[in-house]
Amino acid sequence: MLKSEDKIFNNLYGFEPSNLAGAKKRGDWSNTKDILHKDRNEIIEELTKSGLRGRGGAGFPTATKWSFMPKEPTGKNHYLVVNADESEPGTCKDRDIIRNEPHKLLEGCVIACKAMGANICYIYIRGEFYNERIALEKALNEAYENGLVGKNACGSGVDIDIYIHHGAGAYICGEETALLESLEGKKGMPRLKPPFPAASGLYGCPTTVNNVESIAVVPTILRRGAEWFSSLGRERNTGTKIFCISGHVNNPCNVEEEMGIPLKELIEKHAGGVRGGWDNLLAVIPGGSSVPMLPKDICDTVLMDFDSLQAVNSGLGTAAVIVMDKSTDLIKAISRISYFYKHESCGQCTPCREGTTWLWEMMEKMANGKARVDEIDTLLDLTKRIEGHCICALGDAAAWPVQGLIRHFRSYMEDRLISTKNKILVEQ
Amino acid sequence: MTVKRLDSNQPDSFSFNKEDNDLIEKILKNYPKDRKQSAVVPSLYIAQKRAGGWLPEKAISKVAEILEMPKMRVLEIATFYSMFNLKPTGDHFIQVCGTTPCWLRGSDKIKEACIKLVGKEGEVSSDSISWLEVECLGACVNAPAVQVNEDYYEDLNYENMIDLINNLKNNKSIKAGSQIGRVSSEPYNVDNKNA
Repeated sequence: MLKSEDKIFNNLYGFEPSNLAGAKKRGDWSNTKDILHKDRNEIIEELTKSGLRGRGGAGFPTATKWSFMPKEPTGKNHYLVVNADESEPGTCKDRDIIRNEPHKLLEGCVIACKAMGANICYIYIRGEFYNERIALEKALNEAYENGLVGKNACGSGVDIDIYIHHGAGAYICGEETALLESLEGKKGMPRLKPPFPAASGLYGCPTTVNNVESIAVVPTILRRGAEWFSSLGRERNTGTKIFCISGHVNNPCNVEEEMGIPLKELIEKHAGGVRGGWDNLLAVIPGGSSVPMLPKDICDTVLMDFDSLQAVNSGLGTAAVIVMDKSTDLIKAISRISYFYKHESCGQCTPCREGTTWLWEMMEKMANGKARVDEIDTLLDLTKRIEGHCICALGDAAAWPVQGLIRHFRSYMEDRLISTKNKILVEQ
Repeated sequence: MTVKRLDSNQPDSFSFNKEDNDLIEKILKNYPKDRKQSAVVPSLYIAQKRAGGWLPEKAISKVAEILEMPKMRVLEIATFYSMFNLKPTGDHFIQVCGTTPCWLRGSDKIKEACIKLVGKEGEVSSDSISWLEVECLGACVNAPAVQVNEDYYEDLNYENMIDLINNLKNNKSIKAGSQIGRVSSEPYNVDNKNA
């Protein structure tokens, strides 16, 4: 269990004031100037050593991403765009950072801008988070008033401007290039890559898009050192992570824990255990709605980090743990996720636009027991025709939960279909 | 994808007031001078507020005019983003999250409460309340959750949702956030300092 002195987000729950005075008390903005006086490469090297992997879902090493930015000025603006369009079902961690620890995020923005040679930062926050946006704007005004952001930020001689931009309800805008399109005032439709944003991103300028949590942990890592961060967790899966535990647990909550904590320990220690006890567990979606679910026998032992979950054909994603006990209609639960992807598909690629609609319709048929048993294979085939055939990963994300269901609960599905059919026959 | 169309009943006029214009002016400063289009989503948001919770065609045209965009491009944005309503909503607009994490914790009951006290989904009641099922609001550890206008109401169940709607009807003030006394996302009723 993570020691309280190793926690990065000491005000995750907002028990203390989130304003500048409160943040300074917790150590934020304490020696930012010294960090900003370091060479770009030095900051990136330290971050590389820490092993920080992106917290937005894909787990790409943050320092490597930063190193893709041009080393010299190009005559254009260079941008850092912070992805606060948090809308992956099950995930609600960035919301807590924004409303309760906004200064960690802002300080991270300033340091990240310096490290990647960016002069302007946009924070793209989802439209629904109105009160969170107001809280962040308040914190940003405080930071400007105190010379922490803007011209000569923190007295370092570097000019860094931060702006807050909001969306208006579109899950797809969490995809980095869709987010850039949206920020340019267009429909949030993902771009074909290459060119990657580091070469041509926002307004055609070099851009890096990072998740809120990835940026917010940077100041603490640089302050306490890469060695401290990498001593937590496991090799290649270092540091701490905010887990969101929702669904059928006694005490749903967000909690910061060490990477690689066993799933069972995470649920039992922090979320008060599964409703009705561990043996009442049916399945867990370990990393937000996009990743395949895991049946109880895997949940018994699996560790919560990128590599461990990948090894069991799932993923850490955003570390949003959705717990389902034995009372759950699993097919219905996944069908509702399929509906989500159907609703959120941007419509650009045919396999996704048409496929997600078919997925949902077939899943509903399965949930109602109105399908034939051999149609499970048709459903699986359909997921394979979407997966990997689209510009962005939304199609994959729609396919994986259904594949996970079929992989682990095929007999559960067959039982549903056969028993419904028998029931109808008896009634006739 | 969802299909959205302009409403058949359109008001005769739409205009921003000075406060709105100043705000749009201020937002435009966030972007490079030749990138006014970037302000389209925030501007439509302000327009929707001014028009009473939805976007009439004239509001869309007005935003296009201010941002020097073709009207079609703005209409495209208005239909693409789910927070833009092209049909009138109630003064109290309840968005019920129905995605799996909320569904697991009983969002069907929340919808039931809405049907009972407000009526059919998408229709405005005589006391100007309407409700809509939406996708993940991002308050999953406080599920089930709804958003009424700007505020989130969390940790709901059938009973406190009924209370919530009754309070809306009687214009009584309600504390936003958790309805069972949580501060934010900490575990309920636990010595949460060390959670």
